[in-house]
Amino acid sequence: MKYDKNYELSRREFIRKAALLGLSVGGSKTLMEVVFGDDILAASTDENPATVRWAMVVDMTKCSRREDCSDCMAACHRTHNVPAISNRRHEIKWIWREPFVNAFPELKEGRLRKDLYGAGFIVLCNHCDNPPCVRVCPTRATWRRQDGIVMMDMHRCIGCRYCMAACPYGSRSFNWMDPRKILDEKAINQDYPTRTKGVVEKCDFCAERIDRGMLPVCVEACKEKALVFGNLSDAGSPVSGLLAGRFAIRRKPELGTRPEVYYIV
Amino acid sequence: MRDKIKILAGAAIFLAVALFPLWYVRTTGKASIVPEPRLVNAGKECVNAKEYMREYHMTMLNEWRDEVVREGRRSPIVIAGVEYQKSLSDACMKCHANKSDFCDVCHNYLGVSPTCWDCHNSPKEPKHEIR
Repeated sequence: MKYDKNYELSRREFIRKAALLGLSVGGSKTLMEVVFGDDILAASTDENPATVRWAMVVDMTKCSRREDCSDCMAACHRTHNVPAISNRRHEIKWIWREPFVNAFPELKEGRLRKDLYGAGFIVLCNHCDNPPCVRVCPTRATWRRQDGIVMMDMHRCIGCRYCMAACPYGSRSFNWMDPRKILDEKAINQDYPTRTKGVVEKCDFCAERIDRGMLPVCVEACKEKALVFGNLSDAGSPVSGLLAGRFAIRRKPELGTRPEVYYIV
Repeated sequence: MRDKIKILAGAAIFLAVALFPLWYVRTTGKASIVPEPRLVNAGKECVNAKEYMREYHMTMLNEWRDEVVREGRRSPIVIAGVEYQKSLSDACMKCHANKSDFCDVCHNYLGVSPTCWDCHNSPKEPKHEIR
């Protein structure tokens, strides 16, 4: 077959043209920007403060800290059909108790008030302002809503578990098996879906309740009123009021994830 | 081309056999087996016309899903003064409570297996034999 001499590229010419093309693309924008557009890198919300920013304050001075008190956890897991799996490699948790030194490993050094060391802190998804799980999700199954809730869309989750690797708080759990096989069939809350094998799940601040003007179930369930939920952008909200008057810490703030669950110690 | 007659005869027989089902349905006007989904709460108004729902219910459910989960637009749909949540379990299956006699009948006929009920709950039904 004959081919047109004009279209023939010499090896040298090919490399020169490829380099020019690469420069023209790479010089102006990074590959990430070219592929994903600008929004993926602009995760920060500083420029455009939202009118609603949901947050939680865990008042550990009020929390009973008793091992046998599990009102918040039981209520959450019952409502959201979270199966109880004793095998720690398979367990699923939305809200649970973590020893202080595990929840705040950077405070382990030195001496702190004695009662803190034995305390089980109530931990859950921090609904970060700069969520690393959202940045790594290849399908955008997890994303940050305008009101700050880091949501999960189970329909889109492909179970790659990048988000679990990215989350520094261990807030995410993977369904290694069909949760319906573990859940008690009669105890399933018919008003909330279960999950399926192969998706990641976590606390979503009860988005479906918040959207209807209700409080998260854990906040409602706590008899000690140790969990406080509200709008951080509203200076008159209970969370803003608490944080204005009390000293509160957040988990691993040095990582720059800007967690929005505060702990009064 | 000595086998012309044989080839043409063979082709004619093949076409007759292959097209028989189409011709049969056309002339008699009925297929041998058609799915017959049964309504339990017949008479109530649906969120859309029957013909639309038949063809596009899956598209509509996907739209509802995106609006509710991704955009947080949960305001209910009002049809003839009745509010319906944009929800499979909370709206659709409140009327079409018989999944095996309503949903499954067509899905099985068409050989589709939607994954909706892997997570979403369907109302409890009395056990009966598999058809």
